[in-house]
Amino acid sequence: MTDGKKKRTHVIRKPPKAPPPKWNPRIVVFACNWCSYAGADTAGVSRIQHQPHFRMIRVMCSGRIQPGFVLRAFERGADGVLVSGCHFGDCHYVNGNERAVEQFEKTMNIVKLLGLEEGRLRLEWISAAEGARFAQVINEFTDQVRDLGPSPLNGQNHTEKTQTEST
Amino acid sequence: MPELAEAARRTNAWACYDCGKCTASCPIARIGGNYSPRRHVLATNLGHREDIIENGTLSSCLTCKLCDQRCPAQVGYTQLVQQLRELSHREGVEPECPHGGALQSLMRMMAKGGTQQDRMNWLGKDLETDAAKGEVFYFTGCTMYYDTFFPEFQLNTLNGTRAAVRLLNRLGVKPVVSPTERCCGHDLLWNGDRKNFELLAKHNVQMVVDSGAEVLVTSCAECLRTWKIDYEPFYTGKMPRMMHITEYLTDPNYGGPNLKYKAGEQRRITFQDPCRLGRHLGIYDPPRKALTALPGVELTEMRRSGSGAMCCAGGTWSNCDRFAKQIQVQRLREARETGAEVLATACPKCQVHFRCAMKDPNLGGEIEIEMRDVAELVADALE
Ligand code: SF4
Ligand code: SF4
Ligand code: FES
Repeated sequence: MTDGKKKRTHVIRKPPKAPPPKWNPRIVVFACNWCSYAGADTAGVSRIQHQPHFRMIRVMCSGRIQPGFVLRAFERGADGVLVSGCHFGDCHYVNGNERAVEQFEKTMNIVKLLGLEEGRLRLEWISAAEGARFAQVINEFTDQVRDLGPSPLNGQNHTEKTQTEST
Repeated sequence: MPELAEAARRTNAWACYDCGKCTASCPIARIGGNYSPRRHVLATNLGHREDIIENGTLSSCLTCKLCDQRCPAQVGYTQLVQQLRELSHREGVEPECPHGGALQSLMRMMAKGGTQQDRMNWLGKDLETDAAKGEVFYFTGCTMYYDTFFPEFQLNTLNGTRAAVRLLNRLGVKPVVSPTERCCGHDLLWNGDRKNFELLAKHNVQMVVDSGAEVLVTSCAECLRTWKIDYEPFYTGKMPRMMHITEYLTDPNYGGPNLKYKAGEQRRITFQDPCRLGRHLGIYDPPRKALTALPGVELTEMRRSGSGAMCCAGGTWSNCDRFAKQIQVQRLREARETGAEVLATACPKCQVHFRCAMKDPNLGGEIEIEMRDVAELVADALE
C-alpha cells in the first residue's frame, strides 16, 4: 500500500467539482376543486413565483381525501403530501372540510405509527383568492420536506421510483 | 393454462364430482351473492381461464373454509382460491379494496421497510417485555393500526394484546415484543400479492429465529394461520412452537393450573370461532376451555358454532359488500339470541368487522353486543 503511494510522482488534478445539485423533494398536493385548486390558478395567473416540485391532484372536495390516497402517495414515492381545501365555512359541500379534518387526523396517526416524520404531511386551507398564500404554503412545505430529506420508504426500491417518474 | 392444471393437482380440484355441495354451503351464495365455488372448481379443471380471472367474483370468497369442510371429495377450495388469486394478481386483476386500499398500502410499505415503526407505544409501564431475546416471542400483529384506523368503531383491539402480555407476565414469562416486527402479510397473500408477502415472511421469520424463542404466541388467528401454514417454505433453522394465546393459557405445561382467578359474578358468554383459528387450524377447544375456567362464566354456543361457525365475513380487506354485511348482521343476531352479555372472540379482525356492522343506524340496538377478546376476559378475572 505504502509502495503504491510512493510511486505516485505527480498529482492528477481533477476538474473543479460543480456544487452538488440541490435535492428536490417530490411532493403530492391534493386540492379541492373550488378553493385551493383555484388558489393555485390565481397564483399562476398573477405570476407569483414558487417552487415547482409538486404534482397536484384535484378532487371535488377535501372531504374526499381519505387515508388511502395519502398512504398510496407515500407508497409510490412521495416525500411529502399536502392536503388542502376551502376555509371552514367555505366548503362548497357545506362541511366536507370538517370531514377532511377527521380523515387527516386519522391519516396522520397512521403515518406516525408507520414511522414517517410528521413534517411530511400537512393540512392547509387556501381559498380561491389566496394565490400569494398558495405560493407561500408551497414554498414553506417544500423547504420543510427538503430539510427532512428523501422519504425513508424510498431508500431501497429505486426501480419503482423510476417507474413512478416515467408515468 | 398449465398453471390451472397445476392448481387443480395441488388442491385436489380434479377430484370434484360436481355435486354442488360447496355452493350450497357457501354463506355468500346463500345470502344471494352471485357466487359459486363449484363454478370455479369446474373452470379450473377445464382450464377456462376467463371464467376465473375475468368474471370478477374470485374476490367475493371469504376464504372461510366452510365449503372445504363439507366437500365429499376433499377438494381444497380455499387453497385453490389462494392460488387463483395469485394468478389473477399476476395478470393485473386486483380485488376492489375497501377503505381505498389504505390497508394494503400500509402492508406494502411495511414490506418495503426503511422506517422504524412506532410499534411499542401501547405497552405502557407495567408490562414487562424484552425487545430482542427470550424464550417466548409474542407476535403482536397489527392491532395498533386497527385501533388507529377505525376510531369511529370505539374499538380497542389493543386491550386484547395488552391482556395477553399481562397474562404472560403473570405466568412468569417476559415475552419478546419486537419493535422490528412487521405485518404478517396474511391479507396480501390472500389478495394474491405473493411478492410482498414473501418479503414480510422472510423478515418476520428471521426476526423470530434471531430471538432464540422456543415458543411463539400470538393473539391473532390470522397471524397464527400464516405462521403455521403459509410461512412454512420460509422456515430457517430451529423454528419455535407456534401457539395461539388461548392454547398457551390452557396448556398444562405453560399456563394451565398456574392462573388463579377471583370469584366472579354469574354471566353468560358466547364465543365466535374465527375461521382462521377453527376451520383453518382446527383449534376449537382451547378458547372454550380458557373461558369456562373463569368463575361464574356460563358459555352458551350460538346456533352455528365450532366447525360450522359463520365467519365474520371480513377476511382479507378485499370483499366488504352488502353480502358480507348481511352475514355479519345474521351472526350478531345469533349471538344476541343466546342471551349472552358478551361476545368473546379470539381474533382482532372479528372485532373490527362486527363492530362495523353494529354501527348500522337502522339495526344498531338490535344487534349490539359487547365484544371482548378471550385474553381480555381471562386477564380481568385474575386475582
Ligand atoms: S363440494 Fe367438492 S365435489 Fe362437490 S362440487 Fe364442490 S368441490 Fe366439487
Ligand atoms: S371458503 Fe367460504 S366463502 Fe369461500 S366459497 Fe367456501 S364457503 Fe364460500
Ligand atoms: S369544496 Fe373545498 S373543501 Fe369542500
